Amino acid sequence: MARFEDRTREVVFRTQGLTKTYATGEVQVHALAGVDLELYGSELTVLLGPSGSGKSTLLNILGGLDRPSGGRFWFRETELTRASDRQLTRYRRDHVGFVFQFYNLVPSLNARENVQLVTDVAKHPMKPAEALELVGLGHRMDHFPAQMSGGEQQRVAIARAIAKRPDVLLCDEPTGALDSHTGTQVLSTLQRINDEFGTTTAVITHNAAIRLMAHRVIRFQDGRIDRIEENDSRLAATEIHW
Amino acid sequence: MDLKLFRDFRRLWVQGVAIALVLAAGIAVIIMSVGMSRALNETRSAYYDSNRFAHVFASARRAPDSLIAQLRDIEGVAQVETQVRSYAILDIPGRAKPATGLLISRPEMGEPLLNVPLLRRGRWPESAGEAVVNEPFAEANGFVPGDRISVNLNGRKRAVTITGTALSPEFVYTIGPGALMPQNETFGILWMQAEVLDAGFGMAGAFNTVALSVLPRTPLEPVKDAVKALLDPYGAATPVGRDAQQSNAFLDAEIQSLEVMAWVLPPVFLGITVFLVNMVMGRIVQLERSEIGLMKAVGYTNWEIGLHYLMLAALIAFLGVGIGWGAGSWLAQAMSQLYAKYFDFPFLVFGVPLSIYALSAMLGLAATSAGALNSAMRAARLAPAVAMAPPAPPSFHGSTLDRLADLLRLGQPTRMILRSLLRWPLRAGMTMLGMALAVSVLVASNFFPDAMDEIIDTAFYQSNRQDMLLLFDPDAPDTALEEVRRLPGVLQVEPQQYHAARLIYGSYEKQVPVSTVANAADLARVVDGNGQVITPDPFGILLSDRLAAALHIKVGETLTVSFESGRRETFEVPVAGIVTQFFGLGAYFSHDTLNAMFRQSPRVSNVNVTLADPQAAEAFQERIKDVPRLMGTINMTENRRSFMETLSQNILIATTVYGILGMIITVGVAYNAARVQLSERARELACLRILGFGKGEVAYILAGEVLLLATLAQPVGWVIGYGVARLMTEGFTSDLYAIPLVLEPATFARASLIVLGAAAVSVALVARRLGRLDLIAVMKTRE
Repeated sequence: MARFEDRTREVVFRTQGLTKTYATGEVQVHALAGVDLELYGSELTVLLGPSGSGKSTLLNILGGLDRPSGGRFWFRETELTRASDRQLTRYRRDHVGFVFQFYNLVPSLNARENVQLVTDVAKHPMKPAEALELVGLGHRMDHFPAQMSGGEQQRVAIARAIAKRPDVLLCDEPTGALDSHTGTQVLSTLQRINDEFGTTTAVITHNAAIRLMAHRVIRFQDGRIDRIEENDSRLAATEIHW
Repeated sequence: MDLKLFRDFRRLWVQGVAIALVLAAGIAVIIMSVGMSRALNETRSAYYDSNRFAHVFASARRAPDSLIAQLRDIEGVAQVETQVRSYAILDIPGRAKPATGLLISRPEMGEPLLNVPLLRRGRWPESAGEAVVNEPFAEANGFVPGDRISVNLNGRKRAVTITGTALSPEFVYTIGPGALMPQNETFGILWMQAEVLDAGFGMAGAFNTVALSVLPRTPLEPVKDAVKALLDPYGAATPVGRDAQQSNAFLDAEIQSLEVMAWVLPPVFLGITVFLVNMVMGRIVQLERSEIGLMKAVGYTNWEIGLHYLMLAALIAFLGVGIGWGAGSWLAQAMSQLYAKYFDFPFLVFGVPLSIYALSAMLGLAATSAGALNSAMRAARLAPAVAMAPPAPPSFHGSTLDRLADLLRLGQPTRMILRSLLRWPLRAGMTMLGMALAVSVLVASNFFPDAMDEIIDTAFYQSNRQDMLLLFDPDAPDTALEEVRRLPGVLQVEPQQYHAARLIYGSYEKQVPVSTVANAADLARVVDGNGQVITPDPFGILLSDRLAAALHIKVGETLTVSFESGRRETFEVPVAGIVTQFFGLGAYFSHDTLNAMFRQSPRVSNVNVTLADPQAAEAFQERIKDVPRLMGTINMTENRRSFMETLSQNILIATTVYGILGMIITVGVAYNAARVQLSERARELACLRILGFGKGEVAYILAGEVLLLATLAQPVGWVIGYGVARLMTEGFTSDLYAIPLVLEPATFARASLIVLGAAAVSVALVARRLGRLDLIAVMKTRE
């Protein structure tokens, strides 16, 4: 298991006083109330916190799906605070892999084609079959989403996210819809990707048990970072139970 | 619940309006076609009843009045009215152009028994020098009682004072000899005292026209046969019923074309409405599953839930029916004005009956209900627990198409489009069919101008190239030709004869005018469908194709020709040729052949003339008023101009109306199809955006399916349009004329451009909504 010190200290994401305010009707919701954070290359970070604490909002902004109301943020040397829609699309396409709670596979495409959806437009992608082998689904490539279990669908989603060899992998509740056994499978897939490819990975979860596999754990409370913990010794995903 | 109804409708209003417009088009056509045909029918029968329009019409050359009693004794005959009628040249003071008048005798005492003219102004003539003219003729020339014109009575000019104006059920549609549409300025009806015509045409104690009415439920054929038998010795033409009475036949044709429209168009629009409501409501019920579950959980009954969705569809019906009523009333109004212009009724054409409005509303409601029924029942049947759970994802399977897709190296977005088409083939098929129908409506309506171009070219610029047609007493010697040649400004003259004849082949018989073609004819020629000039063979008769078909006769076979004018002889002649023609049922002899057959010195019944300058022919027109034996003139230059003017105006209106209808269908289908696509695929498309697809790439998937279907719809629409156009040409073909099926590539191209353009605009409107996709909500929610 790679130790924290083995990681490069390259800063992949940096945020400075990041805020996000949603106006829902006449009520102002401060989803992010000033976040200063750095995420490092090859690091696997777990973002923990109750609902509404701001972790998803942060991930959305880092992933280029949303824009901050205040503050600044950088991906490597590039400031993305005021990037245009077109630039953000480009950024997502070239650098970011997403994994969602509800998989979001295209039902009319089979497993391989769902991966191909991304590899067709990426710069240096893996072969779709290779990505599916990595998540242990080499034998299910011609199956459609409706023909697969939840865990299998989520692994296709991971294969789709990693097939373009992204710089960062952003996972929002990847095990939220899965039972413990299947969830463990998915987590170990994520861990393997992080180990083998050194992909900077951020995982949002409600599930505190998952923090044990992370290099660092960032706890959120009321739109701010409550505290950051470093794990000196990490568990393998297969050792985690809930 | 009611509140939800209106909120739902507000949310869906663009889709609702798009469907309502399609429905409205159907409703409007029903109001217009069914309503106006009913109105025209009722107006006509009211007029016919009150003015005692006859049932049988016959003519003879000169039948003695003693026959009247025998005519009355025919079984089933109620009343008999005999008259003297003749065409005559009219000279209108202050105008060079001569006019043609149809002179009709009035009984010396009392009113005629049948075809009673209705006095509109002034009084009936009381002396020989007076006449009442038909109202349109008076209006076109600005006549008022007291004005004087002169009438050429068999070569003798006579001054006549106009004492009033009248309308007659015989002349609702007033068309002069040889004219293609009413020309009220140059053709008029003159009612004069019988003694004037008796003296002028040597008809004392005789008549040449008879009208008969029959008792209810009397079969007409035996009556016609009896009339024919009685009149035959006196030079009778075959008697006809109302169906062949000229004015009534035109009214019949108008009513029939309205009825054809009522049967063809509304079903198309109502059918598309059913499909669209079905598609949109199906999607709404799908989206509102959890709400349905909730409403059921709080105690709404299945019936209330089902009704809720039926009511939502009913709102679309209300909107569509409302717009349709408005548009239909407006169209009916426009038609009434058109009828007021072409048809001379003594009162306004009745409006659209209220029952038609009610009927159209019921049909509209039925269409939307039929469309919503399936979804409403599905909503009603949904168990609450099932409803609250998300629907199962649509299942897709591989197919043989996949290998083809691999072979063509199709991208994933294209595969998504194709798989969706295969997954819902019925919906895709209906969407395509809807747009194909739009194409076909445009093809079938746009072919008309091309067809008319061809008709006009053949009829006016190839066959009939004369400037004027002078109609003579049927038995004029051909010295008349020389007289005409000497008139000022005349370039060319050509003799022609017209004779009424019955053509008999086996059990088939047809009554037609037979005309002659001059030697080396240049003005009135016979031209076939390919523009080839055909010269009649000196030893046989030349028939138009529709006439030959009606008689079931072929070239080389022998036809019996029984002339009903001229020397009234019967001949056996071989059919020398068959020629394609659009107007009338032509039958032609060579001019010299006919004269030889009749063993007579050359005769003319009309003379075709070209003038040095048709625009400045005052001297010529002034002089022909005095030509003896001249009974009428037809100004072909004028004829062409007014025909084309009216035609191009009507065609412009028709193409605009059908163009709008085609666009309404396309927008209704394409917009709703794209909206349902967007709704179903919102999640998928947002997901692609997250994966780094640009807006354009995502729009491709959204637009691709609809535009692909729109493209596939083109050839289908062309084929359907071709079929409809063919049916229409066959439906319009009558003894009066045939419409050629002329479909230029430009017609197909124009139809396709309009439909593809409307589809592209509809899809673009929907694609603009892609910018509003909430990327974040997608990640957080299940569908």
